[in-house]
Amino acid sequence: MAVDIVMPQMGESIFEGTITKWLKKPGDKVERDEPLFEISTDKVDAEIPSPSAGVLKEIKVGEGQTVPIQTIVGVIDAAGSAASAPPAAPPKSAAAALAPAKAPVAATPAPPAPRPAVPAPVATPMAAAPASSGISSSPTGERIHSSPLVRRMAKEHGIDLSTVAGTGAGGRISKQDIETVIAAGGVPATTPSAYSAPAPAAISRPAPPPAPGVSGGGVHVALETAVPREKMYFGNYEVQPMSTMRQRIAEHMVASKRVSAHVYSVDEIDMSKVASLRAKSKDEFEKRYETKLTFMPFFVKAAVAGLRAYPTLNASLDGTNVILHKEINVGIAVALDWGLLVPVVKNADEKNILGIQRNMNDLAERARSKKLKPEEVQESTFSITNPGVFGGLFGLPVISQPNVGILGLGAIEKRPVVINDSIAIRSMCYVTLSYDHRVVDGAVAHQFLHKVKETLENWSEPVL
Amino acid sequence: MAKSNGAGPNGSVPHETQVTFLEAIKQAMFEEMERDPAVILMGEDVGVYGGAFKTSEGLLERFGWERVIDTPISESAIIGAACGMSYCGLRPICEMQFIDFIVCAFNQITNFVAKGHYLWNAPAPMVIRGPSGGGVHGGPFHSANPEMYFVHTPGLKVIYPSTPYDAKGLLKAAVRDNNPVLFFEHKFLYRRIKGEVPAGDYTVPIGKAVVRREGKHLTILSYAAMMHTSLEAAEALAKEGIEAEVIDLRTLLPLDEETILHSVKKTNKCLVVHEDTKTGGIAGEIAALLCEKAFGDLDGPLMRVTSLDTPVPYAPTLEEHFLPNARKVFAAAKELARY
Repeated sequence: MAVDIVMPQMGESIFEGTITKWLKKPGDKVERDEPLFEISTDKVDAEIPSPSAGVLKEIKVGEGQTVPIQTIVGVIDAAGSAASAPPAAPPKSAAAALAPAKAPVAATPAPPAPRPAVPAPVATPMAAAPASSGISSSPTGERIHSSPLVRRMAKEHGIDLSTVAGTGAGGRISKQDIETVIAAGGVPATTPSAYSAPAPAAISRPAPPPAPGVSGGGVHVALETAVPREKMYFGNYEVQPMSTMRQRIAEHMVASKRVSAHVYSVDEIDMSKVASLRAKSKDEFEKRYETKLTFMPFFVKAAVAGLRAYPTLNASLDGTNVILHKEINVGIAVALDWGLLVPVVKNADEKNILGIQRNMNDLAERARSKKLKPEEVQESTFSITNPGVFGGLFGLPVISQPNVGILGLGAIEKRPVVINDSIAIRSMCYVTLSYDHRVVDGAVAHQFLHKVKETLENWSEPVL
Repeated sequence: MAKSNGAGPNGSVPHETQVTFLEAIKQAMFEEMERDPAVILMGEDVGVYGGAFKTSEGLLERFGWERVIDTPISESAIIGAACGMSYCGLRPICEMQFIDFIVCAFNQITNFVAKGHYLWNAPAPMVIRGPSGGGVHGGPFHSANPEMYFVHTPGLKVIYPSTPYDAKGLLKAAVRDNNPVLFFEHKFLYRRIKGEVPAGDYTVPIGKAVVRREGKHLTILSYAAMMHTSLEAAEALAKEGIEAEVIDLRTLLPLDEETILHSVKKTNKCLVVHEDTKTGGIAGEIAALLCEKAFGDLDGPLMRVTSLDTPVPYAPTLEEHFLPNARKVFAAAKELARY
């Protein structure tokens, strides 16, 4: 895979730079982050680290030349390195503590920004295996686990392993995975899309064999199914390959169920006050702001109140560190004809009903027209999903990682309820909280739900 | 089971009969002594008593005192005498009543007779054989798997068969070999395993492994009693869609690298199962072999299922825990397949 080397922006007011010296010649091997060339700008002189491990393929801008920032000044062939170069990128994740190497300074923006020194979780024998056990690195510095065979096959077929996601143990790229890529013409079916789950990059899954008993399928596929694969193919059927999004959802859901200790709590909320407020104001709201008023912003606001009161639900878990997020970014599940997205209402705690509603509607609309930006589906700190919109009494959702909680909303229906020993008709709604019991205990979960309930039942904030 | 081994090497199979592993060994000795007057048998109680496990029953009556020799209880004397006999032109078979006691003659075997070929170009045709292995509650002194002491010794050949067909064919080949050959007989198999053995003369080549079951997802290498354990596990694995190729090494020295590499280059994963203890077992040697000659073909780490690094316990429950079994092999194979 060719990786472009660009003239970096070395300061806010810098728009061009001069290459003073190339430290490598075409054909030279470079490590990721190894100094590659020197530049001079009107503010700084600097050594520029290589964005990737590989072989310097081409120098496009020679010494002494001045070019605007972001100009491609050279190209690195990273493919060769994936197979042959020594492990370049310092491992970023749990295994970091195993390699006393220098701290990774990612040239590409690395997603988790400042991260506390994480005590290394107990090293598994695999993680402790020497680098030769197939550790390479992706452009973002993630470790790629493969095997000698996989690396050899990748080299022979010119496949960049960083574009192949594994289905083996711990996400390792197995023979099966690389064979699938080769069968598909050597190009992994990875296309960057708006939706970017924390799960590994998409891969092209092996299409199931069209008939039972065909030996083309691999052992991994067989193991991932709960029954022998042959038993799935009977009678008349149609085989429908999963879309990339479907695969990512599947990966993310299974990963979430695997890592998080899911527990569910249910509460019932009297929505009558909010319902009447909404009924009273929605026409005027739409007229004034040209956007529909739904129940969702009320739930978002109520969730924000709950998260403020119980911040352990506004968190992520990294090894043995609980990351308490200071922003409250609420992901809202949007059902699409072709899948599901969770765009994020950022800083929901700083927005009023109108702000949340506008933000939500805009995100949902662009989700449907495939115009979301990657960052708009990232960095949620809590999520809400609304199975009730399809008539569900309530649902028990899977936590959207890396959150530790997700609120599920049931349908709002008029039901008889007992109030002060008399039976009344009220707009009732079941809400469920799925939470990660590793971080959140039942007491906090129920207190949170109670706060949500209390906020909605005693709604006072005007909407117009 | 023995049938999967295929026909005899010469193709001439008049008729086959089901015999026990033990009977196959007896037949091999009988036929070799019949064939060649230089072949003699000696050991503790091999004559009048017919051997502790009755492997030599009837030989004394057939071949007489001079060729079936009851010895004192001294393994170093038996093997020391056999070394001398072999240098003088005889082809002795030495029986260790239990193979555990072979180490009493460790010096004669490793320090003396194994070197003869290199020092003097002198043939030393002798076979040391005896009952080995655990699983029969024999305890720490009657359950040994001492093969690796000798696999480490250049100049020896080490055989450890798993079927009556191989036991007979390999023992005959061992008797005819001009080098000192160690022939281990897993006593668990003596009367439990029956198989078809051709009535006519045949040998099985030393140094050749055999594929007992074909598969594509991983290779299981094993020998002796663990062969049967591995096949049992492979059967269970097949029900889960994992097709294990099971290879019977049969000879540990020289190791059949060709068959091993051919299979691992096909399946890309390798599990070694042996009843010998883990540290210094043949699995470690095979791991090194694969790293040297098939590194680029490995899609997973070499895994091994072996006995624990302790003496063989007396208590049946402890022995059961100590030994590999089909369940352990199944679990390891599954993990490797999934890797």
